[in-house]
Amino acid sequence: MKIIVKYLLTLLAPLLFAGIADAQVLNEFPRTPDGKPDFSGIWQAMTTAHYDIEPHAAAYGPYPREMGALSAKPASLGIVEGGRIPYNEVSRRQRDENARDAITKDPLAKCFMPGVPRANYLPFPFQIVQSRDVILLAYEFAESNRIVYVDQPEIVSQVDAWMGHSNATWEGDTLVITVTGQMEDTWFDRVGNFHSFEMVVEERWTPGGPNHIDYSATITDPNTFTEPWTVSFPLYRHVQEDMQLLEFKCVEFAEEYMYGEWRKEGTPIGNPDQ
Amino acid sequence: MKINKLIVVTLLLSLSGLVASQSAGDYEAPRTEWGQPDLQGVWNFSSDIPMQRPQRYGTQEFLTQDEIQERRDAIMAGRAAADAAAARINVPDVPDEGSNPGGYNDFWFETAGLGDVVRTSHIVYPEDGRQPDYVEGAKVQFGGLGPDVPGDRPVRYVVGGIDKNGPEDRGLSERCIVGFNSGPPFTPSLYNNNMQIIQNKDTAVIMTEMIHDARIVPLTEKPALDDDIRLWSGDSRGYWDGDTLVVETKNFNGFRQSFGAAGQNYDAVLTEKFTRVAYDTVDYEFTVDDPGTFTDKITAVVPMIKMAGQIYEYACHEGNYGMVNTLRGARVEERLVSEGIDIGERD
Repeated sequence: MKIIVKYLLTLLAPLLFAGIADAQVLNEFPRTPDGKPDFSGIWQAMTTAHYDIEPHAAAYGPYPREMGALSAKPASLGIVEGGRIPYNEVSRRQRDENARDAITKDPLAKCFMPGVPRANYLPFPFQIVQSRDVILLAYEFAESNRIVYVDQPEIVSQVDAWMGHSNATWEGDTLVITVTGQMEDTWFDRVGNFHSFEMVVEERWTPGGPNHIDYSATITDPNTFTEPWTVSFPLYRHVQEDMQLLEFKCVEFAEEYMYGEWRKEGTPIGNPDQ
Repeated sequence: MKINKLIVVTLLLSLSGLVASQSAGDYEAPRTEWGQPDLQGVWNFSSDIPMQRPQRYGTQEFLTQDEIQERRDAIMAGRAAADAAAARINVPDVPDEGSNPGGYNDFWFETAGLGDVVRTSHIVYPEDGRQPDYVEGAKVQFGGLGPDVPGDRPVRYVVGGIDKNGPEDRGLSERCIVGFNSGPPFTPSLYNNNMQIIQNKDTAVIMTEMIHDARIVPLTEKPALDDDIRLWSGDSRGYWDGDTLVVETKNFNGFRQSFGAAGQNYDAVLTEKFTRVAYDTVDYEFTVDDPGTFTDKITAVVPMIKMAGQIYEYACHEGNYGMVNTLRGARVEERLVSEGIDIGERD
């Protein structure tokens, strides 16, 4: 009998300790006074999926002559669970059409707001300021931001917006945000993966450790996809003391791209140095 | 929605004088879950009060009750005229020849109503309520909705332009880089005078509706930002002084005016104070210190009134068809002129 108990303990010990370790890790995640996980902080995804959210090998970039390897596309395992986006046939053809000239059509080239979930895996940090009833997500790229209404289902999307309308509830330690009312003009990445105006995104934000969040977003859009699909990736906290969000007010950097053909010939681009 | 909002603002403003008079000094702001004064919510800083005090008031800081009544009468007369004009829209009569049909966008404009305590100006320092003199050599640049005023880049004002050769010749709001009222500092203007404050223990966020600028204000000790990092909205640091949130902002990029039509804000220091003085009122005070432009500091007070609503995404740049049309129109004009075609008088 003793031998059996000892054997079972040997088998279970790693699992028990793993459970304790997980609990400890979660206990280390900051909490608000009412005990909810406090996601406040500056976060960033560590992925190159913003080039292409599906798995892909490294490839030539758009300006090999001018920029050499600097414009090349890094490889990525992707962030789509299962690897591939379940487009319907019509939408897949549209995605392929987008991909043919994606660099000139990606809305981000114009400094348009990226929408959700793309804002969360851009190569820019974002900051969460969490209060009890509202949570602000401020993204460095294009000063995009979202106000998330927590447990206020009566506040609904009234007009479509580039960053959509966000309502949240808590499921235990997971913050579940439903994003509706997004403009159809945003893409998921630089290769033309797209959606329609009917897209609903359900985000799940769960503490994964003191300094990381397990993030996933399930996309439902019957106009475009045959079934809901999910992206998932970790978000990492910027831990250096002096970290702060800076400005990337990219409108000025996009003006020549957008308006250059109407610039008076010979007129300088930009402002003189201060 | 807009009308509802205006009604709320007007009612609250009408009440705010009463509330303020009943509670001045003894109001205690609610607390956040971290025990700090709770300034959170959507606030509106519309105003009918001029930024600078009309000179006839001298150092008189507040209107008398008679003067308030005169202002109310004038406002009501204006509203009656606007209502009459609106009614004419529904009547298929041809307007009198030469009559002014009013602006198509009059209905956007926010007016604030008057409480029982009304300032003669938002500027409270200098004591005459007037912008101080410029220092010699200060950069002064006037924009506006009228014809372009030829000048040099950078264009630091928000509306108008020096030319139409490129987007940089236009005002900063026409380019959708900064809002025309959202600062910092906040200065009441024609519409969308809305902002939201969000707080947690270590951070306050001052978020403007115009051009969706979320200014994140750390409330903890942090090293100063490197002097070479310059920002359109500056770098803000905050602290609590009793129940007042004090925000100091510097590291501006020098591409904006420091106050009014003057200055370049590179060396300007802005101090803002937010104090909740009633359930529905935050007293907002700001001081601009820019010795390179003005001979003295400028302090202004702008009440902010609680809104029963949410702010919306003001996606200015994404819908800025006006910039394309402005530049393209100028190029088309040049082509027509070069072809000898008479296009008549232009701005």
